[in-house]
Amino acid sequence: METQQEVSKWFKAARVEDFPKNGGACVKYKDQQIAVFNFTRRGEWFACQNMCPHKKEMALARGMIGETDGEPKVACPFHKRAFSLCSGENINGDEEPVTTYPVKVENGYVYVGLS
Amino acid sequence: MMNSGTMDSQHIVIVGNGMVGYKFCEKLIAKEDADSFKITIFGEEPRPAYDRVQLSSYFTYAEEEDLQMAPLEWYEENGIELHTGELVVELDRENKTVTSQKGRTVSYDKLVLATGSSAFVPPINGIEKRGVFVYRTIEDLDAITEYAQVASKAAVIGGGLLGLEAAKAAMDLGLETSVIEFAPRLMPKQLDDIGAQALQTALEELDLEILLNKNTTLIGGNGTPEYLDFEDGDCLDADMVIISAGIRPRDELAKKANLEVGERGGIVVNDRMETNDPDIYAIGESALHRGMIYGLVAPGYEMADVLVENLMGGDKEFTEFDMSTKLKLVGVDVASFGDPFGETEENSKKVIIDNKAKGVYKRINVSEDGERLLGGMLVGDADDYNMLLQIAQNGFSLPPDPVDLIIGDRDEESGVGQKVYDFPDDSIICSCESVTKGDICSVIEDEGKEDIDSIKQCTKAGTGCSGCVPMLDDLLTQSMEARGKEVRKVICEHFDYTRQELFDIIKVKEIHTYDELLDEVGEGNGCEKCKPVVASLLASAFNEHVLEERDTIQDTNDRFLANIQRGGTYSVIPRVPGGEITPDKLIRIGEIAKKYGLYTKVTGGQRINMMGARVDQLPDIWEELIESGFESGHAYGKALRTVKSCVGSVWCRYGLHESVSFAIEIEERYRGLRAPHKLKGGVSGCVRECAEAQSKDFGIIATEEGWNLFVCGNGGTNPQHAKLLATDLDEETLIKYLDRFLMFYIKTAEHLNRTSTWLNKMEGGLEYLKKVVVEDSLGIGEQLEQEMQQLINVYSCEWKEVVNNPELRKRFKHFVNSDDGDPNVKFKDYRKQPVPAAAGWEEDEE
Repeated sequence: METQQEVSKWFKAARVEDFPKNGGACVKYKDQQIAVFNFTRRGEWFACQNMCPHKKEMALARGMIGETDGEPKVACPFHKRAFSLCSGENINGDEEPVTTYPVKVENGYVYVGLS
Repeated sequence: MMNSGTMDSQHIVIVGNGMVGYKFCEKLIAKEDADSFKITIFGEEPRPAYDRVQLSSYFTYAEEEDLQMAPLEWYEENGIELHTGELVVELDRENKTVTSQKGRTVSYDKLVLATGSSAFVPPINGIEKRGVFVYRTIEDLDAITEYAQVASKAAVIGGGLLGLEAAKAAMDLGLETSVIEFAPRLMPKQLDDIGAQALQTALEELDLEILLNKNTTLIGGNGTPEYLDFEDGDCLDADMVIISAGIRPRDELAKKANLEVGERGGIVVNDRMETNDPDIYAIGESALHRGMIYGLVAPGYEMADVLVENLMGGDKEFTEFDMSTKLKLVGVDVASFGDPFGETEENSKKVIIDNKAKGVYKRINVSEDGERLLGGMLVGDADDYNMLLQIAQNGFSLPPDPVDLIIGDRDEESGVGQKVYDFPDDSIICSCESVTKGDICSVIEDEGKEDIDSIKQCTKAGTGCSGCVPMLDDLLTQSMEARGKEVRKVICEHFDYTRQELFDIIKVKEIHTYDELLDEVGEGNGCEKCKPVVASLLASAFNEHVLEERDTIQDTNDRFLANIQRGGTYSVIPRVPGGEITPDKLIRIGEIAKKYGLYTKVTGGQRINMMGARVDQLPDIWEELIESGFESGHAYGKALRTVKSCVGSVWCRYGLHESVSFAIEIEERYRGLRAPHKLKGGVSGCVRECAEAQSKDFGIIATEEGWNLFVCGNGGTNPQHAKLLATDLDEETLIKYLDRFLMFYIKTAEHLNRTSTWLNKMEGGLEYLKKVVVEDSLGIGEQLEQEMQQLINVYSCEWKEVVNNPELRKRFKHFVNSDDGDPNVKFKDYRKQPVPAAAGWEEDEE
């Protein structure tokens, strides 16, 4: 799904093995917190803002990832609001969508694409 | 369906955009040839129709949108012209037009008056004061909420349904509240003297003051209320007054246009909802039908339905309507149904249960021959309401002793055995939306909808007051059973298995990881529903470390072995078995909490909660705790929490046995045991029950001869007392039974069902459980004991393993690429302790 805007900078976040399999970790970029997910089962990486729009908690990186009808998603650990990792839309409620970011892996490092 | 209206289409104009006016539109556009109508609707209030029945919840949620019947777009999408904030002031019957106060004139072919009612305001001196309110619209509620900030004591005039709702609202706003009723009892239209007394007792226990036989003569004060005077000379201090003394139909428009109205108000209609003008109809609370104003929503909906049918060329009549109602008043269940006073038939007989100890009053009225149920009332426990209503409405035959209908003990085989599935197809299950059993069954059986949400969506049943949802659930289950279909509560789209089936698969195939299980028997890549279920099952099956290879399938509390709190910090609760702790250990907790700047609070389970730890601090805190001799308390897991104890016979002059030692033994036996939900226990040294063991999943109480074992109690949302499983046991036998009981629960309960819920759903109930655990009727006793012993044998403190494992320890940090903590975590001082400073959540008071 091509929802991302043009990438002007690839931020080198951390090594691949620093991220748990089928789970997420939070990346610090300047003052931003970005949740990066290693969806091993799908062989894909995703990233979105770490803040859950529901209660503004910095928590999505600690959420569980999974699928609804094949759509990859993350569920906030606080109240289980789930967001698509492709479009950022709230799948089970009316919360604002989250911002998603492209991710690439090169030479064992994970990069987050920033616009 | 787009409803643009063609040139020759009829123009239907509705005056009043309340619940009934809205429902009329909804039912009209659902008709196939609805596009032969053009629809215009006027509403006086500034917003589209909202759910007035749920108005009190506005205080709780304060979200207007949640109450809306449909959003503004709905009217647009369906081609309905909606004018909100426009009061219709003129009706010109000759030219067939209506005109709003804004000067908008619209001509009609058919006019529907759904003008509703307003609050009746009795002529009391001083009623015009600022600080006197009615309880009717969202504006009223907003005004009440605002005024409550400067008020401290509210008086509610009117002790009927709405008055008690208003009283609850006032209490929720933190006001000391009194209800003033003119009649000698509360809810005089629904309850008899004893029932009203039961309700009054329950409400008084909740600190609501009730004044009966009081006729208010004056609301005194200087500009705002300060006190109320009554005819009998009494006086009451109050600085806010809410009037809820009944409703008056809004018939002023009809009256002005010379339509026939009743002596005491209301637009006269016939059984087809026609007024004396053939092109004008009235429905809802403004309509006077056979001398009766219906102040409930269900008959209003029925009137809307009758009118829609008749406008479409049908021939439907509105006859008498059942005024049965069930509601929760300030937390007390109250219901009345059919003929509550037994007045409709001569020599009817009443059957009464008046259980003052439990605050429950139930009365049913049966016909002289004892064959039919006429009606009744329930206070304090209205669980039987739906069943009784169905029996009354459908004329089902009664058990030989009608008292069986209201004894309400579901554990025993009472022989009543009325299954909702055996009801006739035309029996109404959802009275708000008039949905019959046949409608629901056809959706289940013909359209294959086999979950409650789909049934609600297709039939609208359960979308009103939601009181019938338990019956929908029963109907679904019974319909499936009747057709020989297995009722399977499967986990989610990724596992077409029940929890119990998955548990067996894991054990038999010896599957130790989530991925393996998903590959073997699942589909896709999992989700937040199945992951924690499988995590719990793996833990219950093998008791291996919850973070080894499976950290990302744990709920966040299990993933970080601590409970997440507001602001994203965690709480730490070390185990204190039986609540016994040495002064040295207490000092260590104090020192550690001080060092890491943690807030401390004593928990309900006799241990100490240290709150406000950042994720990166957790391993360091635990390292120190473990060095001081503590271990994980599993407060974060669906696992054994605590076994609470009283002080026992060592100290207590009443104690029969040493409850503390036994509690410690039991807590250490089952520590770390993971289950479908959390588990709590208690041990009391005598019947005084200071450990509150009967509110626990398992409770042990000393007797002269040994110990009594109680099971399946819990506190929480639906408190339930534990039930006696076996008596006068020695310690060895008790532990044997407890092993069996806990393992049986772990193996057969649904995910997130406490033991109480599990027992409530169990076919055969407590008697069956006794057979399995005590009599070993299934012959699995020994196996259950062995399985428990295996789990006990492999227990180790999971925090100790994390502290000593650098790989696991590394995962406890906020950022993957920085050692900084979360900069958003901030604290403020609160009674000399640190608490989260309001971050993203709603602003806290300064």
